[in-house]
Amino acid sequence: MIILFGMPVVQVLLFGFAITTDIKDAQIAILDKSNDYMTHEITNKLLSSGYFILGANLDKDDQIDKAFKKGNIREVIIFEKNFARNIVTNKNASVQIIADASDPNMANLLFNYTQSILMDYQRQLYKDKKFPMQIQTETRMLYNPELKSVFMFVPGTITILLMLISAMMTSISIAKEKEMGTMEVLLVSPLKPFQIVVGKVIPYVILSCVNAFVILMISFFVLGMPVQGSLLFLLLETILFIFMSLSLGIFISTVSQTQQIAMMLSMFVLMLPTILLSGFIFPIENMPLPLQYFSMIMPSRWFIIIIKGIMLKGSTIFFLWKETLILVGLTLFFITMSVKKFKVRLA
Amino acid sequence: MRTILYIIQKEFRQLKRNRQMLPIIFIMPMVQLLVLSFAATFEIKNTNLYIVDNDHSQLSRELTGKFRGSPFYTITGYTDDYKTAQQALELRKASQILIIPSKFERDLHEQDKAKVQVVTDAINGSAAALTSAYALSIIHDFNIRLLVETFPAIDLKDPIDVRYSFWYNPKLDYKTFMVPGILVLLVTLIGLFLSGMNVVREKEIGTIEQINVTPIHKYEFIAGKLIPFWIIALFELAFGLILAKLIFNIPIVGSIGLIFGVASVYLIAIMGLGLFISTLADTQQQSMFLSWFFMVIFILMSGLFTPIDSMPGWAKTINIINPIHYFIPVMRNVMLKGSTFADISKYFWALVCYGFISISLAVWRYRKTS
Repeated sequence: MIILFGMPVVQVLLFGFAITTDIKDAQIAILDKSNDYMTHEITNKLLSSGYFILGANLDKDDQIDKAFKKGNIREVIIFEKNFARNIVTNKNASVQIIADASDPNMANLLFNYTQSILMDYQRQLYKDKKFPMQIQTETRMLYNPELKSVFMFVPGTITILLMLISAMMTSISIAKEKEMGTMEVLLVSPLKPFQIVVGKVIPYVILSCVNAFVILMISFFVLGMPVQGSLLFLLLETILFIFMSLSLGIFISTVSQTQQIAMMLSMFVLMLPTILLSGFIFPIENMPLPLQYFSMIMPSRWFIIIIKGIMLKGSTIFFLWKETLILVGLTLFFITMSVKKFKVRLA
Repeated sequence: MRTILYIIQKEFRQLKRNRQMLPIIFIMPMVQLLVLSFAATFEIKNTNLYIVDNDHSQLSRELTGKFRGSPFYTITGYTDDYKTAQQALELRKASQILIIPSKFERDLHEQDKAKVQVVTDAINGSAAALTSAYALSIIHDFNIRLLVETFPAIDLKDPIDVRYSFWYNPKLDYKTFMVPGILVLLVTLIGLFLSGMNVVREKEIGTIEQINVTPIHKYEFIAGKLIPFWIIALFELAFGLILAKLIFNIPIVGSIGLIFGVASVYLIAIMGLGLFISTLADTQQQSMFLSWFFMVIFILMSGLFTPIDSMPGWAKTINIINPIHYFIPVMRNVMLKGSTFADISKYFWALVCYGFISISLAVWRYRKTS
């Protein structure tokens, strides 16, 4: 019982703080062949940016491969010999950035940050030089000015937790009754199948609503997720999603003979695709086309869009009617399928 | 010894009889591997751009043209009203807006400087950082070309010459990063869930009582229960590696023997954990819930999708009891960089310790008399 309430809380907190694609404290190695005042200034600039920490100082080129192989160093920066002298006399000196691209995203981001710090240093050196016709670009980040990756993950976390409790637990619970044999007893009673299912499902509805509320509270107060749009609208959409998940859970239970199967189905067909294909972590726009089409039948995908829209952009129903309609449609679909498949006799 | 063999036989027989489970165990993981490897990428293939041009000059058209010509951009709208563009952002028809103010060309010629604005939908923080950088570099290139055309004698070379190279994955192919991780994921699912659920299932069905009244030892029973899934998981790993090489062309630079060696130890550690969890639960529902709880947390914190370096200190401390976080670097470093045993030894010994502790805990908690 404690688990059912505590787990969502723990997960939201964990994902809010620990799961991030932001770059912080990435270990780099410096191979400084000059060791002059300029290379030291640049190194200082890099290390005080908050993005990098010094993992190792190398002296030879062949140490680079070893440093990467150990697994801690993400980037190596090589300053050529006589760096400062070359800058002053020839106005040309080279810096080599070697990034460990086994994680391409990290490598790309680290490289971009390194490069922009280098360019910044260069601008400082030549700040008195005036160029004509300068285009100054001002950048603005909308909806998430601090680029917190929390904003990306919390909507997905909410979706997954709701789906877990509503769909997975419901399907397992009903499958368990079937497996235990107590379902037969319920079916021969004067209760209609519809009443049995509703009775089984209501505790999970209440549980889900409570959990949803708690998660939203934590997101707002502890993680700093804003709710730009209407709170009432958010709650209504959440309840819609809970009903959708419940109907999905019921449907899964009608096709599973045992709990194990219900669980495996929920997990492989529901959970993993939801985590990976719904836009929770990986943006859907970047996926190959067939997968983008496939993700359209994932209800979680639409709900994540709705949550992000309401919480981060302040969207109203005017902007989100399409997604809401899809959720309603899916709910009706699953309910109809469940009713059809629910046989009054278990044979 | 013979007893263990008999239990193993029984497990395999039970598995064969469970018709519905067989495709789930064998086919699902492979499907997952294929589908998810293609899906899991942070690579930004295309950005939808909305142009707000208040200048309508030769220069503003040229600047727009540069974006139009870029393979990374698709221009989805062209307006002189900012509100239209903002609505497009909200409806997700575009994820970036370029705003060229009026008098852009005139200011550039008469005052030697002019401003433009790049507004980016930053819900996905790291993607926004990258697309902002792309936009800036296109504008910068445009600026340079303009200067060179207007003042042919000007010296514009950057004094600091930045050269870069990406090692181990020069094309920055995201699949190369994800596939070893997904292999770990698959192996973990089988090890953690199936083995744990198995014992609890016996408990629920009641056949466990019958086994308990036989003279079988605790460790014989547990070994017999775990070994079949250990074999299945290793087999799946092998099959997964073959798929990785054939379909995704993932390099396998390091020693395959090393991969399987560490995988074997890892599986024991994971199974011990799964088994221990199942001894804490009375019903399959509870066991599954607990396993799920731990699995999701461990997977997301293991460095599979997001970098460990960026996590706060307390999260890194929690990772000490996370077995996945030891295995992922091993898979990645050995496969992609060719790390040797010496390089990954600290992870290996951590897994050995973990396995020892988790199995001991599981055996200790498992009581033959309930």
